[in-house]
Amino acid sequence: MNNFQYKRVSSPIAAITELAKDPAAKLVAGGTNLIDLMKYGVMSPDKLVDVNHLNFNEIVKQDGSLHIGATVRNAVASANADVLKYQPLLSQAMLSGASPQLRNKATMGGNLLQRTRCGYFYDISAPCNKRQPGSGCGAMGGYNRMHAIFGASSSCIAVNPSDMNVALTALDAVILVTGPKGDRKIPISDFHRLPGTHPELDTTLDRKEIITGIVIPDNAFAANTTYIKVRDRASYAFALISVAVAMELEGTTIKDIRLAMGGVAHKPWRLKEAEQMLKGKQASVENFKMAAELAMKGARAYEHNAFKLKLAPNTMIQALKTASGIKA
Amino acid sequence: MSKKHLENADMELAMSRVDGRVKVTGAAKYTAEVQLPELTYGVLVESTVGQGVITSIDTKKAEWAPGVIAVISHLNTPGVPEYKLQNQDVIQKQLRVFNDANVYFNGQPIAVVVADTLERAQYGASLVKVTYSKEKSFSNLKDNIARAIVPKKAKADPKGMTSDFIRGRAEAYKDAEFQVNEEYIQPSEAHHPMELHSIIATWDAEDKLTLVDKTQGSQQTAASIAKSFQLPAENVKVLSTYVGGAFGSALRVWPHEIVAILAAKKVQKPVKLVLHRNQMSYMVGYRPYTLQKVAIGASKDGKILGLSHESYGKTSMYEEFTENVLIMSRMMYDIPNVDTKYRIVPLNVSTPAPMRGPGEATGSFALECAIDELSYKLKMDPIELRLVNYAAQDPDKKIPWSSNFLKECYQLGADKIGWNKRKAEPDSIQDGEWKVGYGVATGTFGAFRNAASVKATFKPDGTLLLQSAIADIGPGTATSMTAIAAKNLGIQPENIAFQLGNSTFPKAPMQGGSNTVATVGSAVVATCDNLKVELAKRAAKQKPEWNNAIPKNISIVGTQLVNSDEPSSKVEIASLFKEDNLSELVIKGDAAPGEESKKYSFYSFSVHFIEAHVHELTGVVRIKNAVSVIDCGTVVSPKTARSQSMGGIVGGIGMALMEDVVIDDRTGRTVTASFGDYHVPVQADIPQMEMMFVNEKDPYLNPMGSKGLGEIVIIGVAPAVANAVYNATGKRVRHLPITPDKLI
Ligand SMILES: Cc1cc2nc3c(=O)[nH]c(=O)nc-3n(C[C@H](O)[C@H](O)[C@H](O)COP(=O)(O)OP(=O)(O)OC[C@H]3O[C@@H](n4cnc5c(N)ncnc54)[C@H](O)[C@@H]3O)c2cc1C
Repeated sequence: MNNFQYKRVSSPIAAITELAKDPAAKLVAGGTNLIDLMKYGVMSPDKLVDVNHLNFNEIVKQDGSLHIGATVRNAVASANADVLKYQPLLSQAMLSGASPQLRNKATMGGNLLQRTRCGYFYDISAPCNKRQPGSGCGAMGGYNRMHAIFGASSSCIAVNPSDMNVALTALDAVILVTGPKGDRKIPISDFHRLPGTHPELDTTLDRKEIITGIVIPDNAFAANTTYIKVRDRASYAFALISVAVAMELEGTTIKDIRLAMGGVAHKPWRLKEAEQMLKGKQASVENFKMAAELAMKGARAYEHNAFKLKLAPNTMIQALKTASGIKA
Repeated sequence: MSKKHLENADMELAMSRVDGRVKVTGAAKYTAEVQLPELTYGVLVESTVGQGVITSIDTKKAEWAPGVIAVISHLNTPGVPEYKLQNQDVIQKQLRVFNDANVYFNGQPIAVVVADTLERAQYGASLVKVTYSKEKSFSNLKDNIARAIVPKKAKADPKGMTSDFIRGRAEAYKDAEFQVNEEYIQPSEAHHPMELHSIIATWDAEDKLTLVDKTQGSQQTAASIAKSFQLPAENVKVLSTYVGGAFGSALRVWPHEIVAILAAKKVQKPVKLVLHRNQMSYMVGYRPYTLQKVAIGASKDGKILGLSHESYGKTSMYEEFTENVLIMSRMMYDIPNVDTKYRIVPLNVSTPAPMRGPGEATGSFALECAIDELSYKLKMDPIELRLVNYAAQDPDKKIPWSSNFLKECYQLGADKIGWNKRKAEPDSIQDGEWKVGYGVATGTFGAFRNAASVKATFKPDGTLLLQSAIADIGPGTATSMTAIAAKNLGIQPENIAFQLGNSTFPKAPMQGGSNTVATVGSAVVATCDNLKVELAKRAAKQKPEWNNAIPKNISIVGTQLVNSDEPSSKVEIASLFKEDNLSELVIKGDAAPGEESKKYSFYSFSVHFIEAHVHELTGVVRIKNAVSVIDCGTVVSPKTARSQSMGGIVGGIGMALMEDVVIDDRTGRTVTASFGDYHVPVQADIPQMEMMFVNEKDPYLNPMGSKGLGEIVIIGVAPAVANAVYNATGKRVRHLPITPDKLI
């Protein structure tokens, strides 16, 4: 790890100023991702600006939405009574990520910005367009079992590893940010990017902006949500495939539904076509299967991840069954 | 008849781990935690190509970095004297670290940066720039199977397990009515003990070296290092008081240990070198990727007529690693015709190492899955099939077993897991969304014994100190040795201390191959007997009846020495020290195996039962129940034996379901080196486990009646899982690990 300065700031302005002043500065929150990447030599900021003392640590149920501050710990948010009551999907997704120790440190803002777990991104002796633009993609012709089946480009096939982000995507969350040009609200589906020709950019957040919080609009999904994560062991592993379902049922009719998938793309993958198809339909395994087939349109596999073409729809069917309680 | 076997419920009263408290409170200091004055820190620079020659090493930036004391590579190494000798052992040709510019595998240590702090050494190491003349590297076994060779060891030992072997006729399976002929792959597995490999090297004088080192054999490491550096044997002292697991990875000296010693020579200060977790998967050995072909033929009644078994394992370009993959096929079942073929494939990988159940764990995966496959073809219960082919004596050596309670194992385990719930037809039990299946497999490992000595220091207050050079890599050696001594002498365990892990203590073998209890335990018994004889001799001066006392009848009860033959002849222990005013009695005991291995075949046995649930849509496997039944002779320390067995099941589940060292064959680089990518079981993967011990004495191996335990607890677990998964789903996975993608 390189030598770096550490600066603790107590106002958003001060944080923004530090970022504006020093292009090699980075914010640090829980540090569970950034410090790891620094130890591997993947990232080497010369200054860490500590956001833990900004006042972004509240969870507030407002009229029409739930607001969660950027520095709220994943452990705190997932156990919060309002989160459990209004957005249980988010809690479930967060609890399926990492370990209790990590969730005690990890923040909402940091989780939104956690970087890919692609082994070639982590190994500084390997080429990686995300780590070193122009150096090539190690994963494309390498070991790509964990990699994307949607939205990849010829420069990057990495996936976003977050569980929380998948739930937030299904819940139409909005990311609140502030920066030199003032405040912005970014819908989560516009927050994370596809790799295109610039895989070094994970999100649309400007380098000088900071996340202050997340807003989730109220919905009528709480009774029928689920997050299913398929992984290589029972806990403490990243998703091979994960699916978030939030649905509103009227009897056995699907009045409204949100679907998002993890482990499949450079960003949490919203399944709008499948949602459209299911809306107004009967909750039945037959319809779930049709929706899952639709969801897989455009999927493309690489040498080691072809199984995802089957595991993804299977997991989606399972998630729909679990969320609806419909078994047949 | 009272029940002899031990199960979970019997453990409560058993003795607890004597070093449990210091381990869980952190008071036990492992190598990496040891602090010395003037300590410096070494961090390795590794090759990033799989094969080639180093053309330049630019160390300037690193040398100028704050805190850096030295950067050492082949360009400026003080040198390892042994490398210059001509008579290097041709089979065990270790990697000659820093000897020249050649690179044989990706991740090979090629330089070390020594600094005043760990962080500065790490940063310094990141500044070393290396260029190579790169050559094509070969790391895939299947693609390079044409490079397979007969190991030199086979030529040197034509009767050994690596030589081509035929009993009866070769390929006799072909004549049988029912046949299985399949290929099985066990990928490389890293040992990944919790403790990282670490060493602190200190040159006390020009020709005198002290090492604090993670090793499974303090004396063997000392001897190996003394040879490498051409030092008098007594001038190398090795301490490994606590070892946080090893599973075989610390059975030899590795390059990083040589590097630490070279670095300490160069900087003239103690050097601590701790491997990074990722380096643990390619710098300290691994269970090698092995492809096996197994063909079995049986008649309608299940009698196996022929078994052919071939094994191809990875090894490095510079060293031949072999293991007993095929032994079980030769001795486990009563089969008239057996042929085996063992090959290794030299590749651009580091040298493998024995890993818990070395060879047998790999071999049993193929053999015990093939037997299971045969049982379905025959429509015969897999336990029944094994019983039909039960070997009443060792069919390989053609001598009787010293003891063999396999039949009892099958019976106890089948009852415990509820084998009668199993359906012969696969994919026929459903529990909601989960498919349920049961599997069984057998394990075996030679029961060995070596020579060892123990030193006892007995005090007038009745406390006893025992010392042996043996390592304790986790099984609880100090605990089991204390239990043996306590039982022999009658002294309360809390009045006994057992010290180990020090090369200056009395002779012991390495802790490996499940021989510690048999070997060191026997020396403990000999030492305790010697002590009793000495005490009786002294007692006889007070009461002549003691002249006739025999050790078996002598015990220490409270503060007194008692002879059960002559209860009235009690003497006070303290009085025995008075005559010559001794402050303590120092007694040694030696023990060595005799001729028994010529007459009997010594093996431990295990049978593992698994209940697996497989999700119908996602292919996720959950092990719901595991039962291991163990024939390891007399159990000397039930609690630690149970812990060993639990560890074996956990390791076996890891092997079956998730562990996989993956190499990118374009570069030879390990892509699953980090703990994020290399999965070992977490608590949530581990089911209810029942460990049962037959607990019947082996009459011949040693005075305790014990056989080895450490290996058989894992051997056979992975095939039991694979067989349970097949029973649940009808899907036969022959390429481990059984991850969800293979079951959908
Ligand atoms: C062993 C391990 C296992 C894991 N398993 C999982 C898993 O199964 N599922 C899962 O979803 N995650 C998993 N994680 C990832 C974990 O969720 C993230 O590391 C964590 O959420 C990051 O949060 P943090 O606060 O520690 O971020 P940091 O490491 O502090 O920061 C991460 C990034 O966010 C930026 N940042 C932080 N706060 C702000 C802010 N307010 N505004 C702008 N930028 C900001 C930082 O500059 C940095 O670039 C795992 C992590 C580890 C180490």
